[in-house]
Amino acid sequence: MCAQIAACPACSVAPSAEELAKMSEVVEARIMLSLPTVHCAACITAVERELERAAGVHSARVNLTLKRVSIEADPDVTADDMISLLAGIGYEAHELDAGTLRATETDKRGRELLMRLAVAGFAMMNVMLLSVSVWAGAKDATRDMFHWISAIIALPAIAFSAQPFFRSAWSVLQVRRLNMDVPISLAILLASALSMYEITQHGENAYFDAALSLTFFLLAGRYLDHRTRAIARSAAEELAALEVPRAERFEGDELVTVPIAELAVGDLVRIKPGGRMPVDGVVTDGQSELDRSLLTGETVPVYAGPDIVVSAGEVNLTGPLTVRVTAAGQDTSLHRMADLVAMAESSKNRYTSLADKAAGIYAPGVHMLSFLAFVGWMVATGGDVRLSLNIAVAVLIITCPCALGLAVPAVTTAASGRLFRRGMLIKDATALERLAEVDTVVFDKTGTLTEGAPELTNLEDFKPRDLQVALALAQASAHPLAVSLAAAVSEAGVEPAKLDNLHEVPGYGVEAAWNGKTVRLGRAAWVGAKAGVQTATYLQIGTADPLEFTFADHLREGADTAVAALKEQGMKLLLISGDAAVAVEKLAKRLGFDEWVAEALPEDKAKRINALSQNGARVLMVGDGLNDTAALAAAHVSISPASALDAARVASDIVLLGSDMSPLAEATVIARKATRRIKENFAIAAVYNAIAVPIALFGFATPLVAALAMSASSITVSLNALRLR
Amino acid sequence: MGIVLYLIPISLFLGGLGLAAFFWTVKSKQYDDPDGDAHRILSDEWDDKPRP
Repeated sequence: MCAQIAACPACSVAPSAEELAKMSEVVEARIMLSLPTVHCAACITAVERELERAAGVHSARVNLTLKRVSIEADPDVTADDMISLLAGIGYEAHELDAGTLRATETDKRGRELLMRLAVAGFAMMNVMLLSVSVWAGAKDATRDMFHWISAIIALPAIAFSAQPFFRSAWSVLQVRRLNMDVPISLAILLASALSMYEITQHGENAYFDAALSLTFFLLAGRYLDHRTRAIARSAAEELAALEVPRAERFEGDELVTVPIAELAVGDLVRIKPGGRMPVDGVVTDGQSELDRSLLTGETVPVYAGPDIVVSAGEVNLTGPLTVRVTAAGQDTSLHRMADLVAMAESSKNRYTSLADKAAGIYAPGVHMLSFLAFVGWMVATGGDVRLSLNIAVAVLIITCPCALGLAVPAVTTAASGRLFRRGMLIKDATALERLAEVDTVVFDKTGTLTEGAPELTNLEDFKPRDLQVALALAQASAHPLAVSLAAAVSEAGVEPAKLDNLHEVPGYGVEAAWNGKTVRLGRAAWVGAKAGVQTATYLQIGTADPLEFTFADHLREGADTAVAALKEQGMKLLLISGDAAVAVEKLAKRLGFDEWVAEALPEDKAKRINALSQNGARVLMVGDGLNDTAALAAAHVSISPASALDAARVASDIVLLGSDMSPLAEATVIARKATRRIKENFAIAAVYNAIAVPIALFGFATPLVAALAMSASSITVSLNALRLR
Repeated sequence: MGIVLYLIPISLFLGGLGLAAFFWTVKSKQYDDPDGDAHRILSDEWDDKPRP
């Protein structure tokens, strides 16, 4: 309405209405869309121009890096309008929940770290220039002046830039523990304090450059670390934001679309065919079939009618259902699973990363060494505090874990960047290290190795006449078995038969009249057949014996190559599924699994994995359903595809972004390489220390030696990490 | 040697100017969409007048 008024500014017959329109414009809606296919300058212009031409849209801006567009518009403009507009010019778009994404947009911490890094870099370069002239032989007043200028630059820069280290060191000292930041803070503070004292005494050595380059290199490590995590987090949030949770609620006789959070116990909600259950509830009206594969791993749809209990996460297949809510939001069975996950998670948090292990050995060692140096020189010189302190500080600076601070983040940045390009998202910082240790891989079947989409297996068993009838019937339904049947039969070149009175009987199948006979395609019981062990649908023509169309699950792309490659790497493979024994055995044999378990309950899966872990195996769990969630959390490391349920993605450490499974095998290889690089980096840092520490201990360390040792080791470590790309 | 008395403040000032410029670029969100900006500059759509 407002748009129409604004479109006719000349005829201001209703100025008050126009004002009203302006007032409502103040409250503008923000719509975020994900645009997976934008890639070029022309795309940006096309998308922005198309959106801004639409009525009610104030501005649209594409972010090509994140492949998103954010739209400022009138409140009555909906995301669906925008999506169909973009579809019209050939761009695929999905709505993103703007609330979920807000956290990434203002990436304050990253920006803050970048500022500190810039200040430290600026100060380091300037002080280094002044230091070079001191090393080159500046004397007396000139040297003092250079030292003073260095102090004026260095002290405020350190006070600003090194704050993250000071804060972290202080927080662990309060609980009487040590981490890597304690020796770092101590070295920076002692070096600055001692240098200040030295320059007031017209001394020869000042360590401002060392303190600053220490801060700079370590901040660079921190920033890399932060960026890797931020990218992973923002992609994970995008996955979560893709599911904008809405439901259709009956308010009186009217259907109103509301956010799921507003649903309460006792509400009546309508679930369209193809929709996912937003809540737990009881069916009050309608008949349909439910796909429970995400919850239980069963591939065969189950019947749903009045008084049948449904749970959140199930997919409604054929007919509309009205459901009375018995549990919503946090109380649904989907969310109750979180308890199981939380329990298993706590055991995973006990994993100590390589960096923590190194810090555990390193931090006390550094303090001991420099303290011993101080005591030793005090004894040797008969109490020369100034010389002893100088040497103790030199030891502290040289041993300080500059390269160690870069050793892990540089490698994980390079490795997760490489995996990201292959379509894998590392969610957890230690996931790569844990993935490298894996020796057993456990797969879920439905939705993981298979796509959960059925494929007709016995097409050649039927007469063309039967196929014609089956095709005509199947085309009338949106049931997955019918869709798959129709696709397979029409691909074989069969024309559909002419049927009369074609109609779907929700929950049972499709019925029609053909040459005066009743024909039915649907559930076994409905057509008078005996249900077999395989997934199947049945065709009955007149009163003849029903014909059985059997289906097998369609393999996910790359599943066979991934399984074969993992087997070649010497992994022990195991298939655990909640599905029927026949289906599981068939798939296991087809892919070459040695061991499989069928009809497993969610608890069984987690138990099985715990049993494996207790026998010393390091388990990688790959799964997607709610029934896998506990197992994903219990495993040493876990991977889930992007199509998985929200709960499963949260529980897993790595998310496969594409539908292709083949990067799986490569991931373990990259993870092992990355861990090897991290260890190499620790070795490089240790070698530098082994050379530099004796020099410092015997008092030959000048600020020049400290600067050289530090820069050389940091650069070698970073270059070694880059070999991974 | 007296020249350093001028040169050091000048070089510090110029360095500081660079630092301030960097701060400004971070604050004005110029690193939010590096790919997009690289492509936008090739488009001639807003060549005649700046984008409103």
